[in-house]
Parts: sequence; C-alpha cells; structure tokens
Amino acid sequence: MTDTAATEAGLEAEFEARIAADERIEPRDWMPEGYRRTLVRQMSQHAHSEIIGMQPEAEWIGCAPSLRRKAILLAKVQDEAGHGLYVYSAIETLGVDRAELTERLLAGEQRYSALFDHPVRTYADVGTIAWLGDGAAICLQVPACRASYGPYARAMFRICKEESFHHRQGYELLTAMMRGTAEQRAMVQESLERWWWPTMMMFGPPNARSTHTERSMRWRIKRVTNDEMRQQFVDMAAPQAEALGVRPPDPALRWNPEREHYDYTDPDWADFERLISGDGPLRAQRIAHRERVHREGAWVREAALAYARRNEGAEVGA
Amino acid sequence: MPTENLFKALVREDDNGQWAFGTGFTDGLARVDRGVPEGVDRADLAEYCLMLGDDALIYAQRLSEWCSKAPEIEEDIALANIALDLLGHARVLLARVAEVREEGDEDALAYWRDAPQFRNVRLAELDLGPGPGGDFAATMARLLLFSSWRLAIFTRLAGSRDRLLAALAAKGAKEITYHRDHATQWVIRLGAGTSYSRARMTAGLDAVWPYAEELFAPHPVETRLAAQGVAVDPATVRTEVLGVLTEVLAHAELPPPAFVPDGEPHPGRDGEHTEELGPLLDEMQSLVRAMPGATW
Repeated sequence: MTDTAATEAGLEAEFEARIAADERIEPRDWMPEGYRRTLVRQMSQHAHSEIIGMQPEAEWIGCAPSLRRKAILLAKVQDEAGHGLYVYSAIETLGVDRAELTERLLAGEQRYSALFDHPVRTYADVGTIAWLGDGAAICLQVPACRASYGPYARAMFRICKEESFHHRQGYELLTAMMRGTAEQRAMVQESLERWWWPTMMMFGPPNARSTHTERSMRWRIKRVTNDEMRQQFVDMAAPQAEALGVRPPDPALRWNPEREHYDYTDPDWADFERLISGDGPLRAQRIAHRERVHREGAWVREAALAYARRNEGAEVGA
Repeated sequence: MPTENLFKALVREDDNGQWAFGTGFTDGLARVDRGVPEGVDRADLAEYCLMLGDDALIYAQRLSEWCSKAPEIEEDIALANIALDLLGHARVLLARVAEVREEGDEDALAYWRDAPQFRNVRLAELDLGPGPGGDFAATMARLLLFSSWRLAIFTRLAGSRDRLLAALAAKGAKEITYHRDHATQWVIRLGAGTSYSRARMTAGLDAVWPYAEELFAPHPVETRLAAQGVAVDPATVRTEVLGVLTEVLAHAELPPPAFVPDGEPHPGRDGEHTEELGPLLDEMQSLVRAMPGATW
C-alpha cells in the first residue's frame, strides 16, 4: 500500500466512524468522492425540482380566484424559489456552482421530480399539488433534516417549516372548494384522481428496486426507505381525504388494524420508469421554459458581473 | 428531535398549533380607527382609496407575471416580494373602499369591474415584460419611477387625517423604500454594466417616460381631499421625484429623465386606459367570472 493510499484508507475509516457516531459532515471535512457525488445528485434533484416546480403553479397566479388566494399562491411559489436557492447554495459548498447545475439540468443530465411534468388543469389542482405534492415532500424531507451533511440538513430544516405551510394552505383551499358548488366538489375529486398516482411515485422505486438506497442509508444521507416514506404518506393522506369527503383512486386503500397502517396499492412501476426517464407529458415544455428564461436573462447577469468587476477595481483603488 | 415532532405534528388533527406557520396571520392594521374623518365626503374618500388601490393591484398583477421567468432566482424572489407588498396594499385599500361605500368587498372590486371602472395610473398597467411586450430593463425602469413617486406620496400620506390611510402609508413607505432601492441598484448596474445593457436600460426608460407626467397631475378628488389633509396632491412631489431620478440616472451614467408633456392630465384616474389593461383584466378575472357562485 502506498503512503497516499494508506492516508486515504485512514481518512475513510475516520469518516465512516463519524457517520456511525451520527456526527455532521461539514464542507471542509474530508469525504469520499462517492459521498460527494451522491449528495450532489440528490441535492441537485431537489433544487431543480423546486425551480421547475414553480412553473405549473406560477401559471395560476394571474387568475387566482380571490386576492387572498393570489397572495398565498404568490408567496408559495416565491418560497419555492427560496428553497431552490438554499439547496443550490448548499451544493456550492461541495464545489459545484449553480450555473453548472443549470447547464446539467438543461442538458438532461440531472433530474427533477416527474410530478411537475403533469399539467395543472384546474384551480383544484393548485390545492391538490400542495396537499399531496407538498405533503409527500414533507415525508421525504423531514428525515433529510437529520442527513449527515451539515449544510443540507440545515437547509432542509428551514424548508420543512415552510413546506408545512404550503401543505396546509392547499388542504384549506380544497376544504373551501368542498363547501362550495357541486361543480367545485367534482373538481376536487377529479383532481385527486389525477394526482394520486404521480404523488405516490414521488417516493421513488420500491426498496427492492432502488439502486441508491443501501449506500445512501449507510452514509446517512437518506434516513428512511422509499417504502417506509410512502407508507407514512398514505397514513397521513388517507384520513385527510376522508375528512375532506373525497376518495383516492385506489380500491385497496383501507385501514389495517393488525398492521396499524393503511393498506394500499403501489403505483404502476412501468409507468414510473417511463415518467422518470423523461417521458412525462410536459417534460419538453418545462425544460424549454427554463432554457428560455436562462438564455433571455443572460445579458442581465453579464451586466451585473461587468458592473461588479468594474466596482471591485474602484474599491481596491479607493 | 424537533424535526420528527414537526412531522408528527402534521398528522395530528387538532388545532392551529400543529402547523409550523398558521394561516391566521394577524392584521397589523386591525386596531386602527377606521372612522371617516369629520367633514370628509365619503364618496371622495372611497374614490381616492380606489385610485391608490387600483395602482397597487394592477401593478402587483404585472409584476407577478415575472414569477418563474426572472433572469436569476434571487430576482424571482425579489419581484414576487415586491408584488406581494403591493398586493397587500391593494387589499387594504380596496377593503377600505367597500367599507366606506358600505357595499361589496375587495374581491368584488377586483373581479367584477371592467377596464373603464379602474382608476389606476396607466404606468401600472403597461405590459413591460417578461415576453414580447418588454424586458427586465423596462421592468426596472418602471419600478424606479413608480416606487420613487409612490414613496414620496406615502411619506406625506403617513400624516393623513384618515387614520387607516396614515397607518397603511407609514407601513407601506418602509416597504417601498426597499422597492426603490432594488430598482436603483439594477438601473445603475444595467446603465453602467455592458454597452448592451446600457442600450437596453436606455430603451427601458424611454418606454416609461411618456407615462410619468400623469403621476403628478392631480385629479379633482385628490385636490379636494388634499385641502382637507386627507390626501396628497401629487403635483407637490414632482420636484422631489425628479431630483431622485436625476441622481440615480447620473450614477447609472445615463441621461436625465425626459418627461414628456401629456395631452390628457390624468387619463388613468378617469378610467381611460391603454389597450394593455384589457388583456390583463381578462386573465385576472377569468376564473372567477367563469364560475359565478363558487367559493374560494
């Protein structure tokens, strides 16, 4: 064994011991390349999802059906930009900058949640996305508040607090709609039927088919398995649907007193594979929007940089 | 761990306390005396609140069009924030209109009037982007002009005999100070950035100057209420605003403001709007009008 290899092995052992002791890893600490890569993959998927996820909801700000709903939706989409920013900033501590991540997203090299490749057809969808989509995001993200990487865990803590507000306002909108006209109640039921399965897919493939779970769990980047999170989500959403007066499109959905959990049907995994490979109905449109915005804003970013450079010189000279 | 509690809290079904943030925000203006000041004509007061409220509503609607389309994420956040501040002002003002008239509410005013019934200055309604109607530079040009004008008005309105207008203006002035600061920074960056951004910034300013004089032309309602210490006569802030703009543009290495004399003194306040207001209202009101009787 060479000296470098010996040092490497020592560092790795120390790293594994710190992880096992539930210590936080910080940006300047040594970390295995695989750990860094896994973090960049998972965190960039999260950040991209926040930014792409702004699009379907932003389309409805302009016609939100009351000024209160407009304020709530605008604030929610603004939070999503904020969440994207926290997570992109946390990724920068791993040595990858936002511009590079954007390029990789646009080139199709990095993913975002396939949930956002589905169209928002009615204002009920604005509520359903928040109730189910943000509800699922909470199940996914709360365990990430205990992720081993410090900057990610801290960003997640703040994000989760805001997600709970998003989740609640969505449910509150649907509650208001269910108290409205028969047409509105039908809109809520129809919306739930379209969004249930895409939301169930947000937790990823079942444990047996998840390629990343085992290592991510060992490194404590991931703390709960996909199937456990999916169960948590169903246990949360099923009674909420009942209270609302709507029925998820899963005939097997029922409380199992022996397991003390709801039984449910898994989503169609073939459909899942197809969607995450980029075959979602609006994938091309979402990426084209992001690409156009990025391209059309380039002159603004260039001007800001040029101005900053000029001023930097002036300040040094002053 | 607190993070686990957060999750557990979400699945409980009890009270407001289960959520990290409730939705029942307290209204900072709730305890303000909402009485109409003595000797003030209720119709005039309602009309004045409608003018200021429509400015804020229509401009908020325009700014929110940038959401998910800004040149940088920080700017998505900033523009949404400014739109939210203005939407907040609009809601207070339109609610005040309904209250003083003893008729309707903020949503009836926002969703069930047509273009000629809107009283906003035309600057607020212009389609200055994103998209073919304009760009980020024109957006910043309008923000600089609007917020410089509005800040000057609100600073004075904070001394209004109408307690609600005074309280809103005092709170709003703090917010608009940030809006103006944000616009100032971008106008300087773009003006003194690259030669390309300088050309865009110049064109952006040229797009808004024709709508500047209207901001300072007092409507008879404003004149009457200003004489009673309730409103601000916009003519009195012209010199100050011109001074602010001239200073910012000098820093940006751009020519001073070129206000263009206008034929009609205050068309927007009279309900005479550009062609750009109609499509804005069509979008804003589409869902509500398509489902009358629905509750949201």
